Amino acid sequence: MSELCNLPDDALLERLQRAAFDYFVETMNPHNGLLPDTSRDNSPVSIAVIGFALSAYPVAVERGWMERAEAVRRSLLVLRFFRDSDQSGSATATGYKGFYYHFLDIHSGARVWQSELSMIDSALLIAGMLTAATWFTGAGAEESELRELADLLYRRVDWRWSQDGGGTIRQGWKPECGFLHYGWEGYSEAIVLYALALGSPTHPISADCYPAWTATYQWENLYDQDFLYAGPLFVHQFSQAWIDLRGIRDRFMREKQSDYFENSRRAVLVQRKYSQLNPNEFVGYDENGWGLSACDGPSDEQPQVENERRRLFGYAARGVPYGPDDGTLSPPSVLASLPFAPDLALAALRNMLLRYPQLLSHDRLTTGFNATLTDSDGQPWMSPGHYGLDQGIVFMMIENHRSESIWQRLHGCHYLADGLRRAGFSGGWLQAPTRGATPR
Amino acid sequence: MTTRFDATVSTPLDAFEHKRLAEVHPEAWNNPEPSGPYQLVIVGAGAAGLVAAREAAALGARVALIERHLIGGTCFNSGCIPSKTLIRSASAYAEMRDAARYGAQAPADIRVDFAAVMRRLRRIRSHLTATTSVRRLAASGVDVFFGHTRFEGVDSLSVNGQLLQFDKALIATGARPHIPDIPGLRQAGFLTNATVFDLTELPPRLLMIGGGPLGCELAQAFQRLGSRVTIVQDLPLFLQHEERDAAQTLSEAFARDGIEVRLNTRATEVRVEHGEKVVDLVCDDYRSTIRVDAILAGVGRRPNVQGLALEAAAVDYDDAGGITVDDHLRSSNPRIFAAGDVCLDGKYTDVAEESARIVVRNALLGGCEQLSELVVPWCTYTDPEIAHVGMYVREANARGIPIKTFTVPMHQSDRAVTDSEEAGFVKIHIRDGSDTILGATIVSRDAGDMINEITLAMVAGIGLRTLARVIHAYPTKTEAIREAAMAYNCTRITPRLLARLHRWLGR
Repeated sequence: MSELCNLPDDALLERLQRAAFDYFVETMNPHNGLLPDTSRDNSPVSIAVIGFALSAYPVAVERGWMERAEAVRRSLLVLRFFRDSDQSGSATATGYKGFYYHFLDIHSGARVWQSELSMIDSALLIAGMLTAATWFTGAGAEESELRELADLLYRRVDWRWSQDGGGTIRQGWKPECGFLHYGWEGYSEAIVLYALALGSPTHPISADCYPAWTATYQWENLYDQDFLYAGPLFVHQFSQAWIDLRGIRDRFMREKQSDYFENSRRAVLVQRKYSQLNPNEFVGYDENGWGLSACDGPSDEQPQVENERRRLFGYAARGVPYGPDDGTLSPPSVLASLPFAPDLALAALRNMLLRYPQLLSHDRLTTGFNATLTDSDGQPWMSPGHYGLDQGIVFMMIENHRSESIWQRLHGCHYLADGLRRAGFSGGWLQAPTRGATPR
Repeated sequence: MTTRFDATVSTPLDAFEHKRLAEVHPEAWNNPEPSGPYQLVIVGAGAAGLVAAREAAALGARVALIERHLIGGTCFNSGCIPSKTLIRSASAYAEMRDAARYGAQAPADIRVDFAAVMRRLRRIRSHLTATTSVRRLAASGVDVFFGHTRFEGVDSLSVNGQLLQFDKALIATGARPHIPDIPGLRQAGFLTNATVFDLTELPPRLLMIGGGPLGCELAQAFQRLGSRVTIVQDLPLFLQHEERDAAQTLSEAFARDGIEVRLNTRATEVRVEHGEKVVDLVCDDYRSTIRVDAILAGVGRRPNVQGLALEAAAVDYDDAGGITVDDHLRSSNPRIFAAGDVCLDGKYTDVAEESARIVVRNALLGGCEQLSELVVPWCTYTDPEIAHVGMYVREANARGIPIKTFTVPMHQSDRAVTDSEEAGFVKIHIRDGSDTILGATIVSRDAGDMINEITLAMVAGIGLRTLARVIHAYPTKTEAIREAAMAYNCTRITPRLLARLHRWLGR
């Protein structure tokens, strides 16, 4: 552990990125290419994790961590699975209308946990498919098939249906009750979803959808930072795993003379300040101990017991400054801030690793820990195992920080670029005509 | 589990109640004989009607005030006054349990004396009704009538058959609880705001249907008094009109109180089994059943427009929206105005009273004041309280008004920290590029008091630059308002200005 902390930045990041990638290598079901949500026993598949894996394979080829043929084989395996999957929308299908259920059985690919057809998680999966298609541009039969499948699977998504006749995209759908009516207001990780949905040549959402969503934004001055408010860090990160939002602006950001990349940097400053103030006096919070985001945490919920007084929230999207905050921090969210605020993110990561070496196992970060809640030996509460989403975002953001290669590649994805332009983005790299190899 | 909860609801007719009823509806009251046409006839003696009657009488107008039931209306009898009284008692118990948070020792055995809580409620309600006494009103020159009103024409109405002519009339009949259409609810029995303050026994398990202001306030109060409360809300968050972060803060507070929160959930059926109320709930595809002793269901409000024969007076209305009025609060009959809950979306006592003042000036003095010009604050009295004034961000966005929010979390207020009351925030919305205040939301233990400073600034046209110069007593929570104003001042220092400043100071 101490050995890892002693490494210079690039060597440290190399180790962490490689370990994150190995999550995909080690946990993939060799029969269908599906990947589990977590490393815990009997974990179901999380479709978004597959989106990260599909994006990671080609990067790993460039880094020399995987043979190109193996990366293509793995990608094709899972793309073929989705092509052939049950799209009937039944309670045990894999998807419907080109979208997929959030959680699937890792062997059969059937829906589990009565999970919802998830628009955002499907978008992250599709983003991964298009990333693979943008990268594997070889003329061989397998890479051609890979591109065709990615195109087919993107084109069959009925984004318009996901509006349910309303002004914005709905968050989910279930065969048992139709569209879910969860509110999904305010800035969220959904830019990639809207860009893909607007860029679709087959079933795009209506043009007024994006302004309808951004009309729920809140531009705030908090702790002397002007920023587009969102409490949890992952909101400021997920879309930018794929999309280079530096210097390109939609109407909202033009009016505010900022951009989403700069906004994510300010979100880091807000997190630091909050943790420094540490209003609830939790252990481990300070300017180098932050990271309130979506993660697993301790819970005091007791099954079958109602009306208990709760102070611990289990798996939850924690955020600043309005909470929930129960003393749980997400180390991966710190590392995923690397492109936006590299010095601050590395300082915090090193500090947290020195204080709590057990955050790392197999060079991978735990999803969440709570240093206020200790066991009888005085050890902080630690979420067991690893989460695929954490490893995915960590892998992508380290890569974008080191080489910008994912961002650069996706400059050439026509669908994304078209979607961003239709959302009103302009300037920066969008000014140049889209180059690249996305099949049209 | 069977309980011995007595579900019958009737106010004990103690000395407090006798005194109150003598003030607000004396048994021996005889309606006066009208001495000719009235300059203003007011139907309904709630918050709006009372204000209009007093102000019109003070101007020297011939005024009649008609009430069907109790002077004081919802606010005094079954609304703000009893609920705030109950909330204070609940808060005392919550503080006792939470004493360790303040470095104090919690009593070893905290037993809620619900009878004492309700006795205090009746005493205070009775005490305050002295201000709405029928005799005082009569002494100030108002002709007070009790009975049922029917309009007989465009300039006349009758009270229990007695004809009254008017030059102008004000309809201020308020609103009543709206009972949701849930199969079995009526048969099983339920409480509303009109009956809940008559309880003499604490329901051990209480289901609150609806997460609006009243539902949230009473859910927390009853939980703190010892009921096990479940709150069911058919929306993703509480207080659907408030800002998301305010509702989020409240959700956390509810979790800490131990309230069972069921969002996105509907009650689909109610039945009685072995003396318990059994309620089926559905949240998307998840179905569940809970067993409770009492259900509080009347959380929405419906305007009281029935039985008035409004058609005879050519007054347009609909059952859901109430009486249709223009911005001057005039109905489709130019002689007849409306004020308060019977015609307004914002069903708050302060709005009702202010709208009544507008009517008096417009109806009697030929004024042309507009409701839309009002700057109206309101507050939900949960812990923490949630107060708002002016515009919401979503409204500004929808109207294309550039808006920016200055936020100061209460944990940045020294006084909030010394009081261990860090939950909440001050958010002031300004027109981006100026210091003009468009609105504000405050979430804090005493947000209802704090919001008044913002309201004052908005009415007086004071912007953040001026607010930043106002010295606030230290340490007080309202300093958070000045902090927000000072944050605004900081944003005015551009990098260019800062560079010039550095050069000048470094010369």
